[in-house]
Amino acid sequence: MSKNIRVGYASCGIAAGAEEVYQALEGELEKHGLDIDLEKVGCIGMCHNEPIIEIEDDEGTYTYGNLEADNISQLVEKHLVEEIPYEDKLITSPSEEYDYFTKQRKLVLRNSGEIDPESIEDYIERDGYEALENALDMEPQEIIDTIKESNLRGRGGAGFPTGMKWQFAKDADADEKYLICNADEGDPGAFMDRSVLEGDPHAVLEGMIIGAYATGASKGYIYCRAEYPIAVKRLGIAIEKARVRGFLGESILDTDFSFDIQIKEGAGAFVCGEETALMHSIEGERGMPRPRPPFPAQEGLFEKPTNINNVETWANVPWILRNGAEEFNSIGTEESGGTKVFALAGKIKRGGLVEVPIGTTLREVIFDIGGGIADKKDFKAVQLGGPSGGCLTTDHLDTPVDYETLTEAGAIMGSGGMIVMDEDDCMVNVAHYFLDFTQEESCGKCTFCRVGTKRLLEMLEDFSKGKGNEEEIDKLKDMADKIKKHSLCGLGQTAPNPVLTTLRYFEDEYKAHLEDGECPANVCRELITYTVSEDCIGCGTCAQECPANAISGGSKEVHVIDQDVCIRCGACQEVCPVDAVEVE
Amino acid sequence: MKLECDNCGHEWFYQDEEEDMVLCPECQNEMKASLEGESCSLERDVEGVLETYPSQPSSLIPILQEIQKKFGYLPRDVIEDIAEYLELPVSKIYGVATFYAQFRFEPLGDHMIRVCHGTACHVKGADKIGEAVENKLGIETGETTEDGQFTLERVACLGCCSLAPVMMVDDTAHGDLTREKAKDIIEKYKEGET
Repeated sequence: MSKNIRVGYASCGIAAGAEEVYQALEGELEKHGLDIDLEKVGCIGMCHNEPIIEIEDDEGTYTYGNLEADNISQLVEKHLVEEIPYEDKLITSPSEEYDYFTKQRKLVLRNSGEIDPESIEDYIERDGYEALENALDMEPQEIIDTIKESNLRGRGGAGFPTGMKWQFAKDADADEKYLICNADEGDPGAFMDRSVLEGDPHAVLEGMIIGAYATGASKGYIYCRAEYPIAVKRLGIAIEKARVRGFLGESILDTDFSFDIQIKEGAGAFVCGEETALMHSIEGERGMPRPRPPFPAQEGLFEKPTNINNVETWANVPWILRNGAEEFNSIGTEESGGTKVFALAGKIKRGGLVEVPIGTTLREVIFDIGGGIADKKDFKAVQLGGPSGGCLTTDHLDTPVDYETLTEAGAIMGSGGMIVMDEDDCMVNVAHYFLDFTQEESCGKCTFCRVGTKRLLEMLEDFSKGKGNEEEIDKLKDMADKIKKHSLCGLGQTAPNPVLTTLRYFEDEYKAHLEDGECPANVCRELITYTVSEDCIGCGTCAQECPANAISGGSKEVHVIDQDVCIRCGACQEVCPVDAVEVE
Repeated sequence: MKLECDNCGHEWFYQDEEEDMVLCPECQNEMKASLEGESCSLERDVEGVLETYPSQPSSLIPILQEIQKKFGYLPRDVIEDIAEYLELPVSKIYGVATFYAQFRFEPLGDHMIRVCHGTACHVKGADKIGEAVENKLGIETGETTEDGQFTLERVACLGCCSLAPVMMVDDTAHGDLTREKAKDIIEKYKEGET
């Protein structure tokens, strides 16, 4: 029976130990003299099971997860030599469907985890570059009309109709036009774009080449975070191979259309996700936004008309041209066609990369796909859209995930970060966390964002210490409102969202901090105390661990924490073997 | 500063900038540590980098990135060389470089520890991991240990959210951390096991 083995080789896989697993596999295959194809593939999507390998034979696919190099010799012995599944680490087999994938629909991620991202042949084998070949036989306007009909909207977060954007760029009159792929995925807790670039870089390139032909651009840039070295490397290889095959460069596929792509590495500024800031950064300037109009479609990079779309948006384009606008539009909602990729993480049982039709409910994503909350805790909130988004609650679980509904609820679709929180998370602390981030990343150009976020952060700092009153909350709301209305770019305009949504849905928790001086989730350090209960066995581990030397007590005696010295870091609670350290 | 041996190519972190001659810790080759003269690999490198880029403003950030990759930071005199090459004022280059979080103006330790503070890591206790590492190394985030072995930084997100909380030592990510695990990992690097 012919078999092949795929090893998940995206960043999370490698971080979890995929490299060691791969090497062990290579060694074992050689040892047993097995001639089986061993392939490194992109993200398989089940990050909670990394490192993962998939063994495919005529019957179907066996998935093994949570592997260590030490498991490999047994796995090879069982599955490949004796031909019986190695049950210890088996996650799915051809006879059972894994419910993690039941509600998912893979368009953007169709190749991720299936092909070797460094092989253009693999991509071509799965109909890659077929859409480009067809597109070059079409009139540019026909392509734009197809994209318009598909109802594809910008996956970077704002959801602007892609076809319309392309139309603006096409209609602009200029001797030179540019095209950009925004891969500056800066939201903490988001890794969708990284996974697409690492798992299927050619899909992004193909989308860009089609976009360039449709809009009349001659030069493209991919602006990618420098923190994604594997994505940058695989993109570089993909560009090189596409050039050799004639998909990029002069006279593409022997037509008179020429287009080339260059990678620009970002340098660690969140604001560069904003389109005008990103363009300044490519030009070698500080990445600061500028007022619009003029919009990039009229005056963008190097003052030329420029069309900019996000990674996931580009990756959708070849699928649409191959399968038709109608097919794409039949997935998703009336206002918005297709799927959305989410990075599901936080206090969830099965985190990972999830692609669902737009309009799927939060409950389906968090409970049916994600398996619910880890450690038998209760669901409390889900944060969508990172620092620009908001926290939604149990009441929103049946909310369909689409641009309009989420905006109405105070969150945003955003680029796709979805962080699940449980009863142990304090919403004042979460709001503070995001504000701390946006305040730090504010570029400083406009006053409302620069000073406003700083003032908001100071107020939240006070709240987390129990300082403040009802009046302060009103002041906070008022200031948040002004920052939203008057900031220059999206960073400032959305920065107050996490504060406003937590206030809207968890006002009681804010009040508990201010009126009762209590942090119900026991997170805010100024409002909690650690004590040692009578259960203490006097082992002294906590005293040794305490970085502030605040714990005393003799051997086999109940220890005592000096509250004046204690910094409330919780280290003692973590190390106590009998759970005798209590927090309240 | 970071030196590269002109005999075996070994790169190392060199602190005593007063000395004229240094010994390569790898092959014991004796070479000049100054920025001038033939054996200075630093200067050769800078020119080599600059020449590969067209002299235009949009080359600035890629040049800074490559220089930092080579030296671990942006030395003042190299910034002056870049200014001359691109015909930009030094102040302009500092203006751009200080805007971006990526660029450093101080030499790095041998090992770079980056504690992730992404949202997933935050809700899973990134602050505690950061504190544990600070305590273990006896430095604050943003500092380098006195022996030049470790530099500690915080990052906004490493994108391995399913493994939260995460820290990265050099190019290796370590996930599902606890305070204990984080400290053990550093101990291993200290002992040179990794």
